Amino acid sequence: MNNQAREVMLDIQGLEVHFETRRGLARAVNDVDLQLYKGERFGLVGESGSGKTTMILALLRMIKTPGFIAGGRAVFDDGTDLLALSPEDVRKNRLRRVAMVPQGAMNSLNPVMRIGQQMALTMREHGEVGTGEEFEARVAKLLDQVGLVPEVADLYPHELSGGMKQRACIAQAISLSPRLILADEPTSALDVVVQRQIMQTLRQLQLQLGATVLLVGHDMGLMAQFAERVGIMYGGKLVEVGSVADVFRNPQHPYTQLLISSIPSFERRGTFQGIPGVGLSLLDSPSGCLFHPRCPQATERCAHVEPGLTQLGPGRQVSCLLYEKEETHAAPS
Amino acid sequence: MPPLLDASHVRKVYRGGGGLLGAQTTETVAVDDFTLAIDGDTPSFTTIAGESGSGKTTIARMLLGVQPPTSGTVRYRGIDIGQMDKEQMRAFRQDVQAIFQDPFEVYNPFYKIDHILTTPIEKFGLAKSPQQAAEQIDVALRTVGLRPDETLGRYPHQLSGGQRQRITIARALLLKPKLIIADEPVSMVDASLRATILANLHKLYTDFGISFIYITHDLTTAYQVSEKIVVLYHGTVAEAGGVEQVIKDPKHPYTRELIRSIPVPDPGSAWIEEAVEERDVEVPDAELQGCRYAPRCVHAEERCTRVPPLYRLDDGRVASCVLYDKHEALADGDLTQIIGAPQQKD
Repeated sequence: MNNQAREVMLDIQGLEVHFETRRGLARAVNDVDLQLYKGERFGLVGESGSGKTTMILALLRMIKTPGFIAGGRAVFDDGTDLLALSPEDVRKNRLRRVAMVPQGAMNSLNPVMRIGQQMALTMREHGEVGTGEEFEARVAKLLDQVGLVPEVADLYPHELSGGMKQRACIAQAISLSPRLILADEPTSALDVVVQRQIMQTLRQLQLQLGATVLLVGHDMGLMAQFAERVGIMYGGKLVEVGSVADVFRNPQHPYTQLLISSIPSFERRGTFQGIPGVGLSLLDSPSGCLFHPRCPQATERCAHVEPGLTQLGPGRQVSCLLYEKEETHAAPS
Repeated sequence: MPPLLDASHVRKVYRGGGGLLGAQTTETVAVDDFTLAIDGDTPSFTTIAGESGSGKTTIARMLLGVQPPTSGTVRYRGIDIGQMDKEQMRAFRQDVQAIFQDPFEVYNPFYKIDHILTTPIEKFGLAKSPQQAAEQIDVALRTVGLRPDETLGRYPHQLSGGQRQRITIARALLLKPKLIIADEPVSMVDASLRATILANLHKLYTDFGISFIYITHDLTTAYQVSEKIVVLYHGTVAEAGGVEQVIKDPKHPYTRELIRSIPVPDPGSAWIEEAVEERDVEVPDAELQGCRYAPRCVHAEERCTRVPPLYRLDDGRVASCVLYDKHEALADGDLTQIIGAPQQKD
């Protein structure tokens, strides 16, 4: 990654997504601020229930009841706030500005329609016009970009391998040259060799299009290899942000530190380091810092004071009282 | 004395119908000629690794007796497990335990956790009194890092996935088995809890002398917990040996590519840039001849149309690839000679 100042493409401020349940309100995304740069690969990491998937669904405006976006803004550099778009504009916006590469390619392709047909139909539905031949040529080009032969256009999804299906989904996602590609564990159902091929393809396309990719997942190895910057989520909060090298080599938040030391590697055999305690329940979250009941470095203050996001350096943030100056939270009398 | 559990030349073929008209049937060889014996007296920790379609779960199911092999035999203490009488079956069910991937599916949601733990004690007559049963449960729960007062009296849905998986391990432990066959026990568990579960399994091996067959697609956890490893590809053994040898210095082209493809949690490697050394082709199983990896293999040559035997390399591991045909073939394809051998010093 280069050191030049990067332009912010999407500015997310105070994003809140809540779920109304019988047992109360769950804050699935809890006051998240995040800036995504133009043309970067950003990895959002978290365990199940951390809010990472909910966050990208919010950007796509695909949160369904009982969930709802309870606050915040997500403003593109041209002034468009994704969270304020009308339903009609949400649809227009998809694929053109924001596109999604889904987790299970199997469920997102229409099983009874040929690949080429569904790609052309999607483009037409999003306002593209042209003759049948023009669409055929566009489909062939898109397939070529993702490493598929043009004949794939005439096949049905079930005739493709898992990796080919995922490539077809990527071709669909980039069909209108989106500026932001959201990818939710796009390779979790694939074998590792195929995973590597798909991620390499996604990176090449991202570079070609100059798009920003927001990759969501829990595989720390994949994040380390694909992303340039990463954000760590815990219980709906963004707890740490930084360059991939900084976060992996010099993690600051106690949760990130434990998460990184819990990753199995080819360095250690017979030793196991987990994170103490049990995962968080969003319906019964602790006061103060959400991680304090499991945190080995927690102090008495952590049970009462909710940490804000502290700026540690350019593009480097952490949400932990260890890094906050006392006086910021001294109650005014 | 016969080994605790042995599979001799087991083969499993699935026949699929040919669609609506049923004109054609296809045969898929899920497991082709697998031979391995597990000794009951010397504990061992063996991984059977493979990706989807490798046959790893089919091997586990055949070893557990829940799926009969198409040919070949699986024996418990020398007796074909398809031919066992009631008494022998009972002993088998106690000595060989299973832990599966999904801790959510295993339990009846209407029974409390206590029921899961008392049932095996009653069924196998493990305790002389209710007090003794309670003590055994207490010890088993503590061994897997659960607090009895936080677990007993609750229903499965009140526990987390990691806790439920540990209940399964505690249950297996109550029976004092000789061997546990664990099929992807941590693949549904969050990273932070995965280490705890693996530590539990490892402790049962080191402290209680229980042998393990760990079935997984994840070579990093395989490296962490096991001593020996068998890498499968499309129903055949590609490579087998000490985990240190196979993971750190793989010899079979498939194993090499597999290990090279794992994204390591260390930023700055060439993972995303380096070319993948594998042909991206799909060959239907029915058309596969000879080495099953050959269509994808960048080293494939004429000779690969014949199935290569497992060649025994100098460091005591085996690889099924003609690149090593100067070496002696493993007698009878019996992996026990590799897996059962004492651990080599590196």
